[in-house]
This record gives sequence, C-alpha cells and structure tokens, in this order.
Amino acid sequence: MNVSGLDDMKKKRKLVQLLCAVLYNCHITGFADGTIYQGNLKSACVPGLNCYSCPGASFSCPLGSLQSALVSSKYRFPYYILGVLLLFGIFLGRIICGFLCPFGLIQELLYKIPSKKLKKNIWTRRLSCLKYVILVIFVIVIPLVLQMPGFCKFICPAGTLEGGIPLLLKNESLRQMAGWLFRWKTLLLLLILLSTVFLFRSFCRFLCPLGAFYGLFHRFSLFGMRVDKEKCTDCGACIRHCKLDVKKVGDTECIQCGECIESCPTCALSFKSIKK
Amino acid sequence: MVMKKETAKKQNNISAVNWIRGGILAAAAVLLVLGIFQGGHIDVRNKAIRICYECIGIG
Repeated sequence: MNVSGLDDMKKKRKLVQLLCAVLYNCHITGFADGTIYQGNLKSACVPGLNCYSCPGASFSCPLGSLQSALVSSKYRFPYYILGVLLLFGIFLGRIICGFLCPFGLIQELLYKIPSKKLKKNIWTRRLSCLKYVILVIFVIVIPLVLQMPGFCKFICPAGTLEGGIPLLLKNESLRQMAGWLFRWKTLLLLLILLSTVFLFRSFCRFLCPLGAFYGLFHRFSLFGMRVDKEKCTDCGACIRHCKLDVKKVGDTECIQCGECIESCPTCALSFKSIKK
Repeated sequence: MVMKKETAKKQNNISAVNWIRGGILAAAAVLLVLGIFQGGHIDVRNKAIRICYECIGIG
C-alpha cells in the first residue's frame, strides 16, 4: 500500500470511529435535558464501551449489560448478552477496539497532544495482563458474589465521563447524592485521561475488560489483520512500529487498526474480510 | 518430506480453527435465540432506560 493510500486508510479509520461515537450517542436532546433515552433501541448493545447512562446513548453497553445480567443470574441465565458478546467476538474480535469504540477514539485524540511519549517496555507488557484480572474479578466475580456491577461501580471511566459528569451538571438532586464514590471515579477518570496523553491508549492496554474479552477471539475472529506467511521475513518491523504491547500482528493485544501495514517492507500485512 | 509434514500440520491447524470458529458461531446463535425467547433483550432495555447510579458514580 502506498503512503497516500495509508493516509487515506488512517483518515477512514478516524471517520469510522467518529461515526460510531455519534451513532452510539445520537440522543442529542438528552444532553440538554439531563435525561437518558428510554426507547426500544436500548434492547440492542453496541460492540464498544459506551455507557448506557450517557444522556446521548441510544443503545446499551455490552459490559454494563453483562454485569447487570450476572447480578440477576440466580433468577435468569444471561443467554442474550452472552450470545451478543460471543457474536461480536467471533465476527470482529478486537477490530472493535480499533474502529468501533468511542472511548478508544477519545484516548487517541488525547495522545495527539504534543508531549514526551512513553514507549512500550517490559513494564507496559506486564501491566497489559491487568485487564484480564479486572475482567475476572470486577466483571464476573463481584457481580456474581456481591450482586453489584463491580467494573461500572468502581472503575469504568466511560461511565463517569459520558454519564456521570453530564448528568450531574444538569441535575441538582444527583449532585447532592454524589459522594466519595463519585470523587474516586472522577479521580480515576482524570488519571486515565492524563496517562493517555503520554501512553498510547493506556486504558485499552491495561484496564479494559471488554478488550480483554475480545482479545480471546484473536485466532478465531472472522475479520481482522492477515499476515502473508510466504511474504513475511520475520524482520519484526511491524512489532517495532506498533505502539501497543503486541508480540505478533493479530495477537491478544493487537487492536487490528492496520497502522503496521505501512511498516512492512515486504507488504505481507493486509486486512482480510474473512480470515483464513 | 519435512515440507510435506509442515504443510499437513498447517492444514490441520486451519481445520481446527475453522471447527472452533464454527462452534463458537453456533453457540452464539443458540444463546442469542434462547435469550430473545427468554426476554433477555427486554431485561437489557429495562436496565438501560433507567439511570445506572453505579455507572455514574453515585452508588
């Protein structure tokens, strides 16, 4: 792929990310009223992380829905949300992180702020395992055992940014109810946003349990990056070019953004509609 | 001989991946259909149309 073609692809990816952010949050009047959308579209989940308590949200968050379903799983097995998540995973995998997640877009835009950037190293690679711990403890164990959505309650920065802050700005009664938990989540949000200025997509790399879940499908997802083994010389240029903690293109850490395509001297990397 | 073995191994891997992929796809479809019959999508909607106090950091 030539340079102009790649620039074109980068622009297209940004456009897709932006369109998703707008589509997921098209209930614009909610921001003015301080209310949330209550229509039937909320039966459907979007693939990326997008809080359903955002005044603009027109669809549901898959991670929030999963935790909520696990909280009430004593009464009803969460077939629907598990089916939805498996379907997203098997079709798209972590291409969702690269193209369809509004919180990923926010982080990428913050990373554009001129500053000294921290490159990946052994510590970032180790920290990238943390998201699997969060997936197990906060998304599965806490909802099942303590009957509360652990990730939404204690960690989710998307909930604070998209839901908490806009709703509290518009509702005096909610402002009065805000206590230590809101202060904790706001502090965590600020730390995460600040870290993304220096570390590329730090939340996705270290904390996001949805990315961890989709990463499990890296070998099986139908869409994603493809390496032509006959052209590949194992030179490692793609790995050096990538800002994430990948060990090879298309592994659990790869968000399938396609930015490594330009780095390959033998043109062995491409997007494949259906992976072989 | 070695080349033939490697090719056969690759073919087996591809076949295994395709089987697992098909299994996950079938499981996802079954879960989704069961979930819709059970009213899981309504549960998702009912949760999402109310402000989630945990999500926004109130408790």
